[in-house]
Amino acid sequence: MGSAELGKERRAKADYTVALAGNPNTGKSTVFNALTGLSQHTGNWPGKTVTRAEGRFITQGLVFGLIDLPGTYSLLANSVEEQVARDFICFGKPDATVVVVDATCLERNLNLVLQVLEITPRVVVCVNLIDEARRKHIEIDDRALSAELGVPVVCTAARNGHGLDRLVDTVRDVATGRINTAPQIPRYDHQIEEALLKLEPRIRDLVGDRCSSRWLALRLLDRDRSVIALLEQWAAGQPSVKVPINQSRGEILA
Amino acid sequence: MNSPSLSHLGELLKEVDRVRPAGASNLNDTIVSSIYGRAEQIAGLVVKRKAKPRIDWDKKLDDVLTSRAFGFPAMLLLLAVVFWITVAGANYPSEVLATALFWGQEKLTALCNWLHAPAWVNGFFVEGVYRSVAWVVSVMLPPMAIFFPCFTLLEDMGYLPRAAFNLDRLFKKAGAHGKQCLTMCMGFGCNAAGVVSCRIIESPRERLIAMLTNSFVPCNGRFPTLIALAGLLVMGTATSFGATLIVLGLILLGIGITLAASWGLSKTLLKGIPSGFALELPPYRRPQAGRIIVRSIFDRTLFVLGRAVSVAAPAGAVTWLLANIHVGGLSILAHCAGRLDPFAGLLGLDGFILMAFILALPANEIVLPILIMSYLATGSMVELDSLEALHRLFVVEHGWTWVTVVCTMLFSLLHYPCSTTLWTMWKESGSLKWTAVAAVIPLSVACIACAAVAQVSRLF
Repeated sequence: MGSAELGKERRAKADYTVALAGNPNTGKSTVFNALTGLSQHTGNWPGKTVTRAEGRFITQGLVFGLIDLPGTYSLLANSVEEQVARDFICFGKPDATVVVVDATCLERNLNLVLQVLEITPRVVVCVNLIDEARRKHIEIDDRALSAELGVPVVCTAARNGHGLDRLVDTVRDVATGRINTAPQIPRYDHQIEEALLKLEPRIRDLVGDRCSSRWLALRLLDRDRSVIALLEQWAAGQPSVKVPINQSRGEILA
Repeated sequence: MNSPSLSHLGELLKEVDRVRPAGASNLNDTIVSSIYGRAEQIAGLVVKRKAKPRIDWDKKLDDVLTSRAFGFPAMLLLLAVVFWITVAGANYPSEVLATALFWGQEKLTALCNWLHAPAWVNGFFVEGVYRSVAWVVSVMLPPMAIFFPCFTLLEDMGYLPRAAFNLDRLFKKAGAHGKQCLTMCMGFGCNAAGVVSCRIIESPRERLIAMLTNSFVPCNGRFPTLIALAGLLVMGTATSFGATLIVLGLILLGIGITLAASWGLSKTLLKGIPSGFALELPPYRRPQAGRIIVRSIFDRTLFVLGRAVSVAAPAGAVTWLLANIHVGGLSILAHCAGRLDPFAGLLGLDGFILMAFILALPANEIVLPILIMSYLATGSMVELDSLEALHRLFVVEHGWTWVTVVCTMLFSLLHYPCSTTLWTMWKESGSLKWTAVAAVIPLSVACIACAAVAQVSRLF
């Protein structure tokens, strides 16, 4: 589609690429609009964002290409949306991934955050709708949350613009490497961990540092067909059609 | 080819099977439950709930708005209110705009005379291009400027997913996907956008059903036409109330036919079992009225208007040429209309109306402007500054009856989608066959419905 072409060109000019992930109805598109100044139409229902929307923002002279991924509850590739979001976070190599979560139902949203952490360490958690939460007498200890996850946490009320400056600063620092994250990845029972330990080096031989070998190993153990198919494509040296890649850098196919 | 890597991968996959823990059939469950356990643990540490609010208003509202008993009446009522505000509110600004724009036309004609320009310059540019643009602006702009913000307000408050929830049961029964009602809602804005939004449906079968039936809901290009014609039908009576009911009825008819067509498709061309999905209802939120109004006017209203004007201008020019180039004493348009007349008559229309629908393939917005121009080119010159003028032109001068109005509305509601939508359909489905089906199904439904009304009315 024409928009994809346009996006490619636009991203080529960006210094950094930032992915925006999150459950449906967390105000992800509102955050996107607030950051990019685009007035993309936002409606609030599941599955509203069908394609990836792309925009950009500039801070301290650096251009950040922002990619709004479809809202998903998990990254287990049960649906098209989940696969689009997952493939981009994993293979699109964003310099930072912002996971927008709903402050009023944090627990459910944390599942996605943990799954993102397994794929990439460069994550910023944006606890949105903090005003709604306050209205419902819910308080979130963002420092404790940041300590538990090992990545920066920023509270926002995107509709009113609260917290967005801090979000921009944090995203910039994570993308440029000024902030080093130490993600606390979920641990599994020792049988799984042992199997992962055996597989990881072999996967690293195959894919190098193009993708998290631990995550790939986990997906293989789980018999994830889409991941197996992708590895086959890689091994055969064929460009993958399904994965949205940053072609201007060509880092995946190189 | 890089076969060493491939064999490497083969070994790796064997290794995976070797190291996979015993009882790996529920490995996925183990992984998922580990993650959920960790999420629960973290949430327990960082979330503090002071006191639960005493009354859960969201739930109370949902009990009414999504209940079996009140869900549909509430939905109809809300839709009716939106349409009533649109119909009743649009008249006055329409008149003001029309007066201003047709004053402009007079001035332009005066300018042409002053410049001693040849007659065709005035005809082509002023009567052709300018007049069709003026009609589109004065008749379409006010309803859109009112309808879009109202609809966006409902959306922003969180009502639309509830409407989808209510309709979900019906779509399931029709063998289609529950998400189809979301794509249908999108179609109210623009059918091309509606077809694109069908991507949210995973099953290819159900996605095709949703795409093929999307044009049965009127897009905003057809709303103004339907509203104007509804106004024509109830002239002289309690206008805005009656017109609201008619438009509402047409929309219900569109939804009904969507369901019927989906059912038919799922039993014939696209057989299969409907797949399930979970529709989560988002919380109600207080809408940001100011921002919504500004946003929907700039993003939707002016966008759609711009597109309509850019299509109406060349279409106006073409129509003027067709109406003014004479072959054998008759204009090309009249020749075509004459040829179409017998068939159109069967559908309760006339040749000019059918011709207008054919010429308006690029955009449904311009059916009425084309029709007006075709009539004006053959009849006398009238200034179209209001619904009364339209009444005079259609009913008094060209012999429209209520059957003509009803059939035109039905044809507008049901006929093939515009060329943009068809092109999008082709892009999305990747198949010319299904694109053709997307045009043929609505067209045959429209012909059958119009013929039925026309023939039945003749019995009385």
